[in-house]
Amino acid sequence: MSTATVPSKTPPVARVITTKPRFSDKVFRAVVTTGGLSSLVILAVIAFFLVYNGFGVFKSEGLSFFTGFEWVDAQPDAGTAASYGIGAMLYGTLLTGFLAVLFGVPIAVGAALFLSYYAPEWLKKPMVIVVDVMAAIPSIVYGLWGYFVFMPHAEYWAKLIHKYLGFIPFFDMPANAFSRSPFIAGLVLAIMIIPIVTSVSREVFAQTPLDRIQAAYALGATKWSMIKAVVFPYGAGGVVGGAMLGLGRALGETVAVYTVLNLVYDIRIEVLLSAGGNVASMIVNKFGEADAPELKALMAAGFVLFLVTLIVNFIANIIINRTARKG
Amino acid sequence: MTQVISQVSPQKPWRPKLKNLLPEVLGALFTAVSTLLIVAVTPLKGKLGFAIVLIIMSIVVSSLVSGIRRDKKAALNSTTTVLVYIASAFVIIPLFSILYEIFRLGIGGLSFGIFTKDMSLTSSDSPLTEGGLLHALIGTLYVVVLASILSTPVGILASLYIVEVKGRFAGLVRFFIQAMSGIPSIVAGLFIYAIWMINMGNSYNAVAGAGALAILMIPTVARTSEEVLKLIPPDLREAGLALGATQWRTVAMIIIPAAKSGLVTAVILGIARVAGETAPLLLTIGGADAINLNPFSGNSSAMPYYVWKNYSLGNPESISRAWLGVLVLMIVVFIFFSLARFFGRSKGVKK
Amino acid sequence: MTSNDDSRANGEESMKTAKAQVAKASGKVSPSSLADVAANRLQSQTANTVGSTGLEARSIHAWFGKKHVLEDISLDFYTGTVTALIGPSGCGKSTFIRILNRMHEFIPTASLAGEVFLDGKDVYEPGVDVTKIRLRIGMVFQKPNPFPSMTIKENVLSGLKLAQLKMNNQEELLESCLRRAGLWDEVKDRLDEYGGALSGGQQQRLCIARSLAVNPQVLLMDEPCSALDPGSTLRIEETIRELSSSMSIVIVTHNMQQAARVSDYTGFFLSDGGPGRLVEVGSTSQIFSNPKEQRTEDYVSGRFG
Repeated sequence: MSTATVPSKTPPVARVITTKPRFSDKVFRAVVTTGGLSSLVILAVIAFFLVYNGFGVFKSEGLSFFTGFEWVDAQPDAGTAASYGIGAMLYGTLLTGFLAVLFGVPIAVGAALFLSYYAPEWLKKPMVIVVDVMAAIPSIVYGLWGYFVFMPHAEYWAKLIHKYLGFIPFFDMPANAFSRSPFIAGLVLAIMIIPIVTSVSREVFAQTPLDRIQAAYALGATKWSMIKAVVFPYGAGGVVGGAMLGLGRALGETVAVYTVLNLVYDIRIEVLLSAGGNVASMIVNKFGEADAPELKALMAAGFVLFLVTLIVNFIANIIINRTARKG
Repeated sequence: MTQVISQVSPQKPWRPKLKNLLPEVLGALFTAVSTLLIVAVTPLKGKLGFAIVLIIMSIVVSSLVSGIRRDKKAALNSTTTVLVYIASAFVIIPLFSILYEIFRLGIGGLSFGIFTKDMSLTSSDSPLTEGGLLHALIGTLYVVVLASILSTPVGILASLYIVEVKGRFAGLVRFFIQAMSGIPSIVAGLFIYAIWMINMGNSYNAVAGAGALAILMIPTVARTSEEVLKLIPPDLREAGLALGATQWRTVAMIIIPAAKSGLVTAVILGIARVAGETAPLLLTIGGADAINLNPFSGNSSAMPYYVWKNYSLGNPESISRAWLGVLVLMIVVFIFFSLARFFGRSKGVKK
Repeated sequence: MTSNDDSRANGEESMKTAKAQVAKASGKVSPSSLADVAANRLQSQTANTVGSTGLEARSIHAWFGKKHVLEDISLDFYTGTVTALIGPSGCGKSTFIRILNRMHEFIPTASLAGEVFLDGKDVYEPGVDVTKIRLRIGMVFQKPNPFPSMTIKENVLSGLKLAQLKMNNQEELLESCLRRAGLWDEVKDRLDEYGGALSGGQQQRLCIARSLAVNPQVLLMDEPCSALDPGSTLRIEETIRELSSSMSIVIVTHNMQQAARVSDYTGFFLSDGGPGRLVEVGSTSQIFSNPKEQRTEDYVSGRFG
């Protein structure tokens, strides 16, 4: 045997391991870090330039930019000043986004459950392709389809809802105009957000630990009672996060909403009426013949939209990441 | 004691057999017949009435069948099963409607001629045999290629930063790239308009459109590349470093070649994501009816712009042109998606 | 079963049993519903030698895809006894017990032949409500798997909720299940904490209590102690001995000492590259002291496996 170790008086100090990177590695790291941080830079630059160009409007309009219902240019002949307020558009954006989540999320969660637990093996792959293809369809296509194909059906449904549920204020109709309503825009947006909500939900459902699922079945659970007891508690956060991602998409959607929503600078609760608002569509609508002051106002509106969607996305991703880590 | 008496064959006794499905088959039949009867007798009419009655009847009948045969929990299980199937049908129906309508409304205008002509000499209400969309295809080609050139380095560097360098801000970068994928496309267009036109004094051109699309493409490229790089086995990395290679050489000569097809997939997926984007192009490329071969100067068109413009013109011929444009646009998008899937698959096989 | 002589003749074994019975008599049993459990225990003690079978497997074969993994297994399980299934890994023990409560069918490629009778009725008969079968044949898994989103109390009662059974006198049931699983004293003051906060051994006993709440006839245990430390293992073994009076317990184990400590009967599974077979089955004392087959002797004496 070799020598026994002599107990040292001082406890061992961990050595600090340092490496002196080669020059090429220093360059490499610098380049990659620059590229990596560019996403932060881009977001910051977007925010800066929108604010920079829209700042004058924020200053002159103040809080009424968010609450005002009017969007009128200055009329030098009539001597009236310009007035820019996106209150109605902001309200309309939130309303259609809410309707999209209301209609879309239950269907998307159902489809995710179908893919995870109900579909026979042979049907899973085609169904995944269906969802992928839906995600791949450009929004202009949804817009055209929504306007020419879907709207006639949806108008008919809206008429039925009004006929039987018209006593509820939301379904009241001050005028006989059912086309291009928040209801229809909400339905089209619902179809558009189904793919992302489905795939996020499916991902979190897939992380449900198998041994917990088996434990539930071994206790005599049916498929549904297993899902209620095991899958939903695990995946609830992810489903909420997915729904918020979907909401973010719905809030920022432009051309698909433009075709199926009639922009009216007013706040109305009647969802079946052909009068709604949407910040993104308004930007496209006003952009064509905007003069310089109005362009600044559009930049300001764009900044508000950017901020709202960014916050919704931040929250959604925090929720999803937390759920994913737990699983 | 372990002697095989006769040849046994594997069975799956838990699979329902036809004769045991009798209650289900009868239930389905009853659902169908009663739905037809109800629609015939009551004032409920049309496809909508039929669909609603069918949904309600299938829920009622299925839960009754299981409730009577088994118990309450079986009834609830059947009800939810029917609901899940209905939800899936609601996902499939719009897609098939969209694809069917694109084909039905777009196929009429499809001819060889549209790929050889532009709209410079054709008025919008002339028949579809006149004019074409070559200018839009060329515009889309320019915009998409330039967007890829702008976004690919940034996207792949970002993924390298997260996976290979694992820098101090890796988590932050990852988080911001996730958030970036939620930027509304119109905001990207507005931003480019602000910086490129208002503040730098340029006018509409294809490069501006490419800049807007690049912003939308970066997150897709970065996130897909990240997934791809994560699939590279760590021992490959260590093998390179253990041979005394620098990190730079390891990445350039081992990691990137190993991930090549995956990175190509990432770029193609990014292209597929932005090729159909409309809103940012409305603010940046200006639109044109003639072919513009110079992406750095002069108004340009693109496929989504072509569709938008013809939809906006609103006469029957131009709307047919819009559907034709949608059909061609969808073909372009699906070619890219098929390419992405193809490259993605070959990567899977190699692994 | 080929041999039915009472295993309790063995010295060490009878000591353990005696201890367990003393523990029972000295008030470890809850006052209410466990009175009849104790009576059951006495009954089954005597019925034991006669051999009342609750669960019978008849010529079970199993496949995964084309691979034949179990060949012609016939085994009876007697109420009031513990049956241990031993054998090297990969010989199909776990597959076999998963066939008993129809968990086998969750693997898409799985198939089987043969019958499993529960009280004389084939559980694979078409039209049988599989959830009812699993209610009567409980299962404890290799890794403790309490539901993390539920409290200790909710975990124990989860079986009732999952099966939508009526729940009167919850508190009483909760206490009796936790007592029978040997966990009551450790958790009685924190029933509203989450199950994940317990130690591994406690979690496994919580899973046992969860299985007991739906009052199964048979309890299947798939290497219940393999993820646990020796102390927790001993606690679970005590629990198994105490539970065996009222039900039939089937335990898969790699640990031969454990089989010897807890079981009345032992079955030895072996695969020689092909499908797993039941080499020998008999009373535990006979298998360990006087096996009929050479291969059994080789295995229990540690010459392979």
